[in-house]
Amino acid sequence: MSADFVLLALAAAQLLLALAMAFAFCRLLRGPRAHDRVLALDTLYVNAMLLILSFGIVWASRDFFEVALVIGALGFVSTAAAAKFLLRGEVIE
Amino acid sequence: MTTVAAVLVLAGALLAFLGSLGLLRMKTFFERVHPPTMGSTLGTVLVLAGSLLYFTTAESRLVLHEILIAVFVTVTTPVTYLLLGRAALRRSEERQD
Repeated sequence: MSADFVLLALAAAQLLLALAMAFAFCRLLRGPRAHDRVLALDTLYVNAMLLILSFGIVWASRDFFEVALVIGALGFVSTAAAAKFLLRGEVIE
Repeated sequence: MTTVAAVLVLAGALLAFLGSLGLLRMKTFFERVHPPTMGSTLGTVLVLAGSLLYFTTAESRLVLHEILIAVFVTVTTPVTYLLLGRAALRRSEERQD
């Protein structure tokens, strides 16, 4: 009973996160200007990180934690670089 | 205990979902900056708390790795959004000229 509820709740959480990624991707394609696309990319990264964390819970494996950490770090670096590029026209001055 | 963890993960996923929905639905860029922060602050913290609780129960020892991601995301999100907001402000000023 309890295990069923846990699996169902985790499946619902994964469905919600996948939908969130789809919405962010939709904004990434539609976004009228470049800074909208960068914002959508950042949201996509965060949602992907949360989805991978929930996969780690479902499969009861610790390995997914490191994947989530790397995705979080790369998301920060890529969004900061893209925002810096939009601000100045070059990434490293 | 795993039930509590699953509910925490579900609540975090719901917040991330609502944040992305807001990102899709809002009209202007400066409105659109706000909703995703819901998912990247409280949503992330809730999912990480659920994961922490689950692994602490499953391995019957204290597992605190998740705090690393929580601290990292909490520190970096404002930095990126500050840069992005500044870039968007400058670009929208340039377009009006």
